Amino acid sequence: MSDDDKLVTMANQIGRFFAPQKQAEPVAAIETHLRRFWDPRMRAAIVAHLDQGGAGLDDAVRKAVQRLKEGPGLT
Amino acid sequence: MSLVHEIDYGTPASRSAEQVTLTIDGQPVTVPAGTSIMRAAMDTGIQVPRLCATDSVEAFGSCRLCLIEIAGRAGTPASCTTPVAPGMVVSTQTERLKQIRRGVMELYISDHPLDCLTCAANGDCELQDMAGAVGLREVRYGYDGESHTRQEKDESNPYFTFDPSKCIVCSRCVRACEEVQGTFALTIQGRGFGSKVSAGTLADDFLSSECVSCGACVQACPTATLSEKSLIEIGQPEHSVVTTCAYCGVGCSFKAEMRGEELVRMVPYKGGQANHGHSCVKGRFAWGYANHKERILNPMIRESIDQPWREVSWDVAIDRVASEFKRLQHHHGRLAIGGITSSRCTNEETYLVQKLIRGGFGNNNVDTCARVCHSPTGYGLNNTLGTSAGTQDFDSIEEADVILVIGANPTDAHPVFASRMKKRLREGARLIVIDPRRTDLVRTPHVEADFHLPLRPGTNAAMLNAIAHTIVTEGLANEAFVRERCDMDAFEHWAEFIVRPENSPETVGALSGVSPEDIRGAARLYATGGNAAIYYGLGVTEHSQGTTAVMGLANLAMLSGNMGRRGVGVNPLRGQNNVQGSCDMGSFPHELTGYRHISDDAMRGTFEALWGRKLDAEPGLRIPNMFDAAIDGNFLGLYIQGEDILQSDPNTAHVVKALKAMECVVVQDLFLNETANYAHVFLPGSTFLEKDGTFTNAERRINMVRKVMTPRNGGYADWEITMMISNAMGFPMNYTHPSQIMDEIAQMTPTFRGVSYALLERMGSVQWPCNDKAPLGTPIMHVGGFVRGKGNFLVTEYIPTEERTGPRFPLLLTTGRILSQYNVGAQTRRTGNVAWHPEDVLEIHPHDAEQRGVRDGDWVKLDSRAGGTSLRARITDRVAPGVVYTTFHHPETQANVVTTDYSDWATNCPEYKVTAVQVSPSNGPSEWQREYGEQAERSRRILKVAAE
Repeated sequence: MSDDDKLVTMANQIGRFFAPQKQAEPVAAIETHLRRFWDPRMRAAIVAHLDQGGAGLDDAVRKAVQRLKEGPGLT
Repeated sequence: MSLVHEIDYGTPASRSAEQVTLTIDGQPVTVPAGTSIMRAAMDTGIQVPRLCATDSVEAFGSCRLCLIEIAGRAGTPASCTTPVAPGMVVSTQTERLKQIRRGVMELYISDHPLDCLTCAANGDCELQDMAGAVGLREVRYGYDGESHTRQEKDESNPYFTFDPSKCIVCSRCVRACEEVQGTFALTIQGRGFGSKVSAGTLADDFLSSECVSCGACVQACPTATLSEKSLIEIGQPEHSVVTTCAYCGVGCSFKAEMRGEELVRMVPYKGGQANHGHSCVKGRFAWGYANHKERILNPMIRESIDQPWREVSWDVAIDRVASEFKRLQHHHGRLAIGGITSSRCTNEETYLVQKLIRGGFGNNNVDTCARVCHSPTGYGLNNTLGTSAGTQDFDSIEEADVILVIGANPTDAHPVFASRMKKRLREGARLIVIDPRRTDLVRTPHVEADFHLPLRPGTNAAMLNAIAHTIVTEGLANEAFVRERCDMDAFEHWAEFIVRPENSPETVGALSGVSPEDIRGAARLYATGGNAAIYYGLGVTEHSQGTTAVMGLANLAMLSGNMGRRGVGVNPLRGQNNVQGSCDMGSFPHELTGYRHISDDAMRGTFEALWGRKLDAEPGLRIPNMFDAAIDGNFLGLYIQGEDILQSDPNTAHVVKALKAMECVVVQDLFLNETANYAHVFLPGSTFLEKDGTFTNAERRINMVRKVMTPRNGGYADWEITMMISNAMGFPMNYTHPSQIMDEIAQMTPTFRGVSYALLERMGSVQWPCNDKAPLGTPIMHVGGFVRGKGNFLVTEYIPTEERTGPRFPLLLTTGRILSQYNVGAQTRRTGNVAWHPEDVLEIHPHDAEQRGVRDGDWVKLDSRAGGTSLRARITDRVAPGVVYTTFHHPETQANVVTTDYSDWATNCPEYKVTAVQVSPSNGPSEWQREYGEQAERSRRILKVAAE
């Protein structure tokens, strides 16, 4: 598995957990999880993957990564 | 210093609340109803002579030495089997009793060798003591008893001998094996004078028997019949120190019995609040690694991993670490280095490593081996209940009516707690086991699971959903508890999900391979059987849905109201001795001590103020992320304290690639482990016997670790080595004792606020939270309310792992541990424990073996998408068709060559428990294994030069 493939798999796993939850809007919950648990390099890598088309990212995850890109704290 | 003597009361304590007053030898005494006269006498300081009685087992009444007289009653009853009664007047010493006792002792001694001066038990022999106590002066029957002269010693066990010539057939060993350990390996063979202790096998030796070498029999033996070989070799100890075992997460207390700085034996401490005087083969006997010839005692460096090691002084080694780490940060940035704390080291040592990384390295690239075992426990329990830890103390199991064990094999991995579990089961508690394998607990002497759900690996979340579905749809939920204690919006949303047909036992039964009726039966028993307690292990966490399954367990406990009192709860059985502690101490990259996120400015600011350094607010790399970053070329230096990531982490080829990509790998350990083959600096560590500190066990219990010998590495405990690195990196640390580190932990951590060495010395141990609200600690969590406020039901949708079987890889591999070996085996492989497990083997079902032409004992090749290895096959129906199982204790096998990169969605905990594999006949070790072995041998070359 390439690094990008691995990150996409991991991000989609997160997305699939949050999709059916009640407490938070899934996109926001996915974004929060990525911010709280992914090192800035990993976040930058998934954003770069999105910039290249975001192949393989589920819809909600794609939106969450877009918010990561637009939000603060990305190095 | 002197020996720590513990009073033996002769019989176990009564738990009755009712008090009874009687008179013994003229002294009034008040004890709980049900107490034996022997124990009541001991309470007043009167020791009635005895041989077959000891307070770890129930009274037996066979030796006829503890007789007493009771006013108004005829005869001379045994004080061990006679309970106290109100107003009873007891005499323990009369002319008649003296005569009887002397007569009994004469009979014993007439058949016992009188080699006391050369006997291993000389000075610690109850028979000798009792001969003195009864005033034995002659033996009218002579000393040439028939049974003691020509009997051979059984020396088959690596650690203790059985000398039948010295046996007085008191049955204490047999009863300890039954009552304390629950193995029932021993018996009394024959009758009358011909009675003898037997291991019950054809060979009639301990090693070939079902004996698990826990040492309970040795502990119970009143003579030298069962003696530690180390005691025979060295002699009686002269002082002892109470400390904590460094093996599993049970955290047993032991007396390290010493002669000078030489360890004579480890004896389980009755006052230990986790083990209450019991032990297993590892803690009791497998400590020989501390003095093993392969232990590295001098620091070593090398420029590249192709070179041999060069011994250097501590100054040179520490300077090399600091200069290399500084160089890497100078050229590649602040985030280019990191470290791994050890769950084998103390809380204080773990705290210092994360402090070094956050304050000294200036980043949060710190993680711990809990990443690869129980990280989902932290996330899962925190988000449902509010605390990243188990809910109960071990004693709680005494009030459990139903015990649900899922993904855990306690008789192998947590044996001392398993003995208590089995005792409760023998008392009548009901048992549900959810595990792909038929573990020993499913059917063991006098214990049989009501339900064993042998589910297909990877379907835990679905199974827990099906159990919850049954409870909800059959109206078995504890609605009052849920309404009072839980968030109702969350519950209703979850309930709507759980009643869907996809979660029914029928649907889940089809995908998990378990009978729907058994799922329903287990659910009904869990929900309606009284106090129900869940115990789980890595079979739950080490999955791509590990966190989801932990949440599923919390959901079940809340749904059934099994929270917040004794006998219930959700209890992770932690793997290594200080997994709980290493997590508590802020070892994860995203949080500081007490599970507080690094992004919390106010909290982080308190650490910045104390440490005098600005801390990074961003989470750092987790261990698997470190490997990926290393291969990417932006993570180049790693300080590893007490962990062998190469052998223990999944996808070995990937780990090797990552280690090879780094420029400075620093390994601090006892031995040149597999990771050290790819290291540039080796710092020799210290054993648990060589340091002070604390470990925190699976029940949140903080236990004292006490130094009994000088560190053999030149005098440095591991916390002192970390301090040297920190000081060389320009981040000063000046602690002079671990108690000062604990004071800082307490100052900075709300849940540890009340913890101090003074409190631990006074209490023996304490369970966190320990603070103003709970100054003596917290045995049971969530009493009266959840830590997070309202309990939070989370939807646990089953999502199959992406690791799938198919034509190329049709079987599922799951991995685990066995009793005699521990984790990567670095310690236990260097002890006599190899007698039980000299190599990893592959368990395979007869059906799968026959299809492949594999016979028992054959070499087989085990291949997955990640890699392959070879090992011997063991054909057994313990595993289901389609499932194979092995352990990862031996580097010659490297089971993790086969496991994959898939991991838990929330925490990156690797999915060790599900790997699609193929098994085929093989002629022996694979090419990869041969090459690996040669590389390891080359890498371990040491140039013996004088220290600089």
